[in-house]
Amino acid sequence: MTPVPYRVVGRRDETGDVTTLSLSPVTDDPMTFLPGQFNMLTAFGLGEAAISVSGAPRRGGPLEHTVRDVGPVTHALCRARIGAVIGVRGPFGTDWRIEGGPTAVESRSTLGSGTAGGPGDAVVVAGGIGLAPLRGAVHELMARREREGGRVFVIVGAREPSQVIYRDDLERWAGAGAEVAVTVDVSAPGWTGHVGLVTSLLGDAGFDPAEATALVCGPEIMMRFTARALIDSGVGSGRIQVSLERNMQCGVAWCGHCQYGPLLLCRDGPVLPYDKVARLMTQRGR
Amino acid sequence: MRELAELVAEHPLLAGLPGDAVTRVAGCARNVTFGAGDLLLAEGDAADTFYLVRRGRVAIEVHAPGRGPIMIETVGPGGTVGWSWLVPPYRWQFDARAMVPVGAIAVDGACLRDKAEVDPVLGYALMTRVVAVLLERLQMTRVRLLDLYGAGGGAG
Repeated sequence: MTPVPYRVVGRRDETGDVTTLSLSPVTDDPMTFLPGQFNMLTAFGLGEAAISVSGAPRRGGPLEHTVRDVGPVTHALCRARIGAVIGVRGPFGTDWRIEGGPTAVESRSTLGSGTAGGPGDAVVVAGGIGLAPLRGAVHELMARREREGGRVFVIVGAREPSQVIYRDDLERWAGAGAEVAVTVDVSAPGWTGHVGLVTSLLGDAGFDPAEATALVCGPEIMMRFTARALIDSGVGSGRIQVSLERNMQCGVAWCGHCQYGPLLLCRDGPVLPYDKVARLMTQRGR
Repeated sequence: MRELAELVAEHPLLAGLPGDAVTRVAGCARNVTFGAGDLLLAEGDAADTFYLVRRGRVAIEVHAPGRGPIMIETVGPGGTVGWSWLVPPYRWQFDARAMVPVGAIAVDGACLRDKAEVDPVLGYALMTRVVAVLLERLQMTRVRLLDLYGAGGGAG
């Protein structure tokens, strides 16, 4: 429960208010984690914030977190300079279930049967900074694609072109054979891509819904609409995973701040099968 | 070369229509192509023809003084461009421009309205399809109005 000191060894501004930090432990061994899990990052003197790990488990190198400046703690994290020390607790929570990925051998009967990419297509749908928790999963899916083949679809929605994060990764994934599509809600001069809700890209994406599994992360309303559109297109609800976020504080299911119906999202989530949470996601007051 | 009726029947807007209905729609249709940058529709013009997009991508735009064209939405294969032919005053409200080379089926709106007028079964079948697409567009627009990715979109 004590934060481990990590030093900022790299930083990259993704957009005006989103920064990716590369962190190396000051004294401890590097952390092992799974895509989709999160850490509690400490800005010393200010507090902690739950931030998803955005790197890939198998790539080695520094731990990566992509942080959006939305409050005092995340503001301090986004402004952390190279050499600064921040605290890291974790990793916590559940991961994206990817067949052939790092947790393929695990059996977690409570989480349903769908694992991303099995024999069919893997469809990754991200909204805004929701691409951050999915980035490690896409790296895993691309690595698996290289080993075993299979199709990977990465569909990204953003508010406007300047808010699209990981542009280099998107180009790299497309270059490596993934079907990558980006859409924005509001266009800007020079933008030649799609304009419209992220769900508008699902119909033309070209995946086989009967065999597809989907990983979805973004604002909750976006995930609801995306999940419904995927189901309408023929993807089974049990083959859709979503990542839910609430007020994560302790990270170990003690404090109850992240309660979501019968679930504590820091332990039972953030990644959950849609069929397990679909009803909860439409209940008022959650 | 494939029959126009076959192409009409494949388009999602009209998929599932009975064969004779497809034939009647195809009687109002023709195959068209546009080069990148070409206008399919222009704001203020008479709304006499709409397009069933088969390939390429079309930008729905509005022109703003000092800003140039503002892209509101893009329509890809399987989409439909142009709705103002349905109701008076039959005048386009936006521009539609080919972003890349576009292949489409152009449908004469007045021709189709006349056929629907004398054949309410055809008219109802067409209208339920049109309303479904319009509803989807309306719902998507409402969600976009929420500015989902704005300040409440999470910290990461």
